[in-house]
Amino acid sequence: MPLVEFRDVCYEVGGRQILSDVSFSVEAGETLVLLGRSGSGKTTALKMTNGMLFPTRGEVRVEGKSTREWDPIRLKRRIGYVIQEVGLFPHFTVARNVGLVPTLDGVSADDVAQRVDRLLGEMGLPPEEYRARYPRQLSGGQRQRVGVARALAADPPLLLFDEPFGALDPVTRVELQRQFLDLRRNLQKTSIFVTHDVREALRLGTRIGLLTRGCLEVSADPQEFRNAKTEEALAFLGSLD
Amino acid sequence: MRPDLVNDLLQLTGEHLVLVLSAMSAAMLIGVPLGILLTRRAGLQRWLLGFASVMQTIPSLALFGFLIPIPFIGGIGKRTVIIALVMYALLPILRNTFVGIASVDAAVCESAVAMGMTSGQILRQVQLPLAAPTILAGIRVATVTTIGTATIAAAIGGGGLGVFIFRGVASVDTAQILAGAVPAALMALAADGGLGWVERKLSRA
Repeated sequence: MPLVEFRDVCYEVGGRQILSDVSFSVEAGETLVLLGRSGSGKTTALKMTNGMLFPTRGEVRVEGKSTREWDPIRLKRRIGYVIQEVGLFPHFTVARNVGLVPTLDGVSADDVAQRVDRLLGEMGLPPEEYRARYPRQLSGGQRQRVGVARALAADPPLLLFDEPFGALDPVTRVELQRQFLDLRRNLQKTSIFVTHDVREALRLGTRIGLLTRGCLEVSADPQEFRNAKTEEALAFLGSLD
Repeated sequence: MRPDLVNDLLQLTGEHLVLVLSAMSAAMLIGVPLGILLTRRAGLQRWLLGFASVMQTIPSLALFGFLIPIPFIGGIGKRTVIIALVMYALLPILRNTFVGIASVDAAVCESAVAMGMTSGQILRQVQLPLAAPTILAGIRVATVTTIGTATIAAAIGGGGLGVFIFRGVASVDTAQILAGAVPAALMALAADGGLGWVERKLSRA
């Protein structure tokens, strides 16, 4: 059973078709990169996976169950979400931000603290130095690492990444991409990763889904994707050199 | 200062404080929840904010006059005064609660939803703490205004420092006018300074 399955998903808002008949599935352990220009519907697809949006036609199934049947709060807490511009709470310390979901789930304060320290360590942020800081006291790259640690805190089987590295300088960006690959190797997580950067897609994806104006135009592994011949794929590949 | 005034000063200042504190507590208990409700019911915004704004345009003496003949809430005395003061204090509290919550960064709220927080958790843990400095600024403005407006309470038998002022005006006694006006001004300054300090503390956290 695939972890996530989109079945003929359409999404329409205000008479505008954002997604048209999108179908794909994500197996455990995969990293599906949804690649596309701004407005191609990739973030919408991501928000449908954890029930922030629901398809106007078709259905999205997570662990074999339609997102409409899931308890909306349970579903969101089972899925880690790393957001564009991070969305850390400015009035929470790093530790409270990272420990948010386990705390909501009623995990004891000691256990949360331990988990937070371990995650910060894994993300390359020494906990004794960073746990008491506020988000505004961090660099963009550090904030993004905290965002990833927060998404991992409840040990969710599935992670969603919405252009998490888009606002970072190229060096930090590559560092974080490398960290993402390490993380995948060590934790065996399944992810859906949204980006408009074809280089990032080729580097991180085990599969690449190319979205064009709400349609899934190509779905291929990185090797095949390099040889894709559709117009949009060529446009993206052309930006490589 | 004249001994006859000193005797009354403590009592009238006490009365004044009671008027202000009761009116402000009631205004906060009504204004903050209503402000929260406004962020969730867009249809109510025009009506409630409009009502509160209209209240504020009525001259205070006239509002006291309007209230006197109304059964249950009207009449002569403290209750009528407190009701009028609440109506004045409502707008800044209501508006600042609404604006404070509505202007919390949308990305922060969206990430709260994405983390699986319930709307109650988002309100208590995210929106209210982030809006707190703005809400407090509204409470501060309302408190300072209420301290001033409460001096008119004496006109309808509500007591407070206004008693000195009205008596002083009637008997052309400057010392008596000042005995009412100066403590009221000092009270307003103290409230402004104290609440301003709390506000700065909150916005730093």
